[in-house]
Amino acid sequence: MPLGPAPSASPPDPSDEPWSPSQTELERRAFRQSRTKRSAVISAVSTIVVGGLVIWLVTRSAGWPRVQTTFFSWDKAVESFPAVLKGLWLNIRIMLICGVAIVVLGLTLAIMRTLRGPIFFPLRLFATVYVDLFRGLPLLLLLLLLGLGVPALRLPGVTISLAFWGGVAIVLSYSAYVAEVFRAGIESVHPSQRAASRALGLSHGQTLRHVVLPQAVRRVMPPLMNDFVSLQKDSGLIAVLGVTDAIQAARIETASDFNYTPYVVAGVLFICLTIPTARLTDHIAKKQGWHGAGGTL
Amino acid sequence: MSEPSTPTALLSVRGLRKSFGSNVVLNDVSLEIEPGQCVALIGASGSGKSTLLRCINLLEQVDDGVIELAGRDIADPRVDADQVRSRMGIVFQAYNLFPHLSVLDNVTLAPRRVHKVARAEAEKRSMTMLERVGLADKAKARPDDLSGGQQQRVAIARAMVNSPELLLLDEVTSALDPELVGEVLDLLRDLRAEGMTMILSTHEMGFARNVADSVCFLDAGRILEAGPPAEVLGDPQQERTRQFLSRLAS
Ligand SMILES: Nc1ncnc2c1ncn2[C@@H]1O[C@H](COP(=O)(O)OP(=O)(O)OP(=O)(O)O)[C@@H](O)[C@H]1O
Ligand SMILES: [Mg+2]
Repeated sequence: MPLGPAPSASPPDPSDEPWSPSQTELERRAFRQSRTKRSAVISAVSTIVVGGLVIWLVTRSAGWPRVQTTFFSWDKAVESFPAVLKGLWLNIRIMLICGVAIVVLGLTLAIMRTLRGPIFFPLRLFATVYVDLFRGLPLLLLLLLLGLGVPALRLPGVTISLAFWGGVAIVLSYSAYVAEVFRAGIESVHPSQRAASRALGLSHGQTLRHVVLPQAVRRVMPPLMNDFVSLQKDSGLIAVLGVTDAIQAARIETASDFNYTPYVVAGVLFICLTIPTARLTDHIAKKQGWHGAGGTL
Repeated sequence: MSEPSTPTALLSVRGLRKSFGSNVVLNDVSLEIEPGQCVALIGASGSGKSTLLRCINLLEQVDDGVIELAGRDIADPRVDADQVRSRMGIVFQAYNLFPHLSVLDNVTLAPRRVHKVARAEAEKRSMTMLERVGLADKAKARPDDLSGGQQQRVAIARAMVNSPELLLLDEVTSALDPELVGEVLDLLRDLRAEGMTMILSTHEMGFARNVADSVCFLDAGRILEAGPPAEVLGDPQQERTRQFLSRLAS
């Protein structure tokens, strides 16, 4: 039969009693800690071994000295760095402005696709065609069509800035992807949530705004961030239009002596740009954990 | 929490503490259960009943204390939690059926994947279990298409199908109409008669009185009073217990 603790006179308030972990618990904590340490050591050792092996294999190869001078020249790197960095600033601006435009457009398209009822048919149709079209077109093709085609039309009052039309192409393509991500999120919210909200008297729009979207957006945050990382890299594709972004700047730098180090510099800079986003994604995903999916325990 | 457990106890909890942040939900909780016994946890909403059951099932990491299952401390991080859990069954307050699986697949999942029972055998056993809870005709349905009470009974079948050594039931009757409450309680009574060891949290004092071997009154994370139902429910020693019971009665 169960044994309660010796009954105390008054109902005790747990919070005002000091508590110190028992010996058993301290020992458990020590064990957990030692296991954490052990895994840290194992991962460090395996990283060093694998990394060392790769470096050893590469530097041992016959062509390495030549590759080293043409791709990994320190002097060339220092020399080309300012120009590449200046180009990167354009990538950053494009990526930020496009990022905002993509989210707004993508969300709008997703909501259009989830509208029910016959009056909304034209909107649904538009959104569906838009997504099918721009998701299906290769981004590079879209860039060339818009970047080279539209300015050639010489439409009065329409900018001929290549960076602008490059950005438009990126927005068109990415918003189609992002719309699908949002739509998946919206549809993953359990119907009972809508029912509960409608039962409280909220309209369809209010339900979407206050109940469905907050859950949907939280749930699709990791894939969205993934698309954002992808956008950061793909902003480099506007180099094909001859706009001086980081990649184009690197190409210009290589032209004088066929030393390809500037490409490596640009690559490293792009990686530095995407790493913070990647870590942020991990952080968001971890914070949400399984609570992201909702549900009671 | 240092005194050894009764050697015959199936489960012995001693000095259990669990907090969420600064909120201490369970404080120095101790209880013991012999094989074949049924312990009822009673207490106000938020007193920590569900949390206690979740700690016993190792779904929460405890801050302190010992949880011994058949003489072995399962709160120890060296213990294989999956292996321990496969020896218990738990029915959640909110059922937690898997919405993407049919009723039958919900029940056969653990026998097939954890206990490696062949599909035919697992389905045969599961159907027997579903018949027992009166839902054999719903085997192919999705949980979402079932009523709350039906889902609750599927959850019981799912927990029971592996013949667990210990069954944890969290307010299994709270979502049911009086008729179904009677049915589920009859089912639990039968299980009890067959020698199933159970810990259940409940607001059904009548059931606690008739079926449980002992009742624990939880208040603000502590067991204030524990003992045979006749004592705890019939002649409570603590003012707080009396208060709780009289509110229920009125
Ligand atoms: N995951 C969690 N994070 C933070 N606090 C929690 C969590 N789970 C439970 N709690 C808190 O623990 C306390 C006890 O909760 P618990 O669910 O165990 O109560 P209960 O006795 O089962 O109540 P009820 O009869 O309403 O089911 C509550 O104050 C609750 O807010
Ligand atoms: Mg509960």
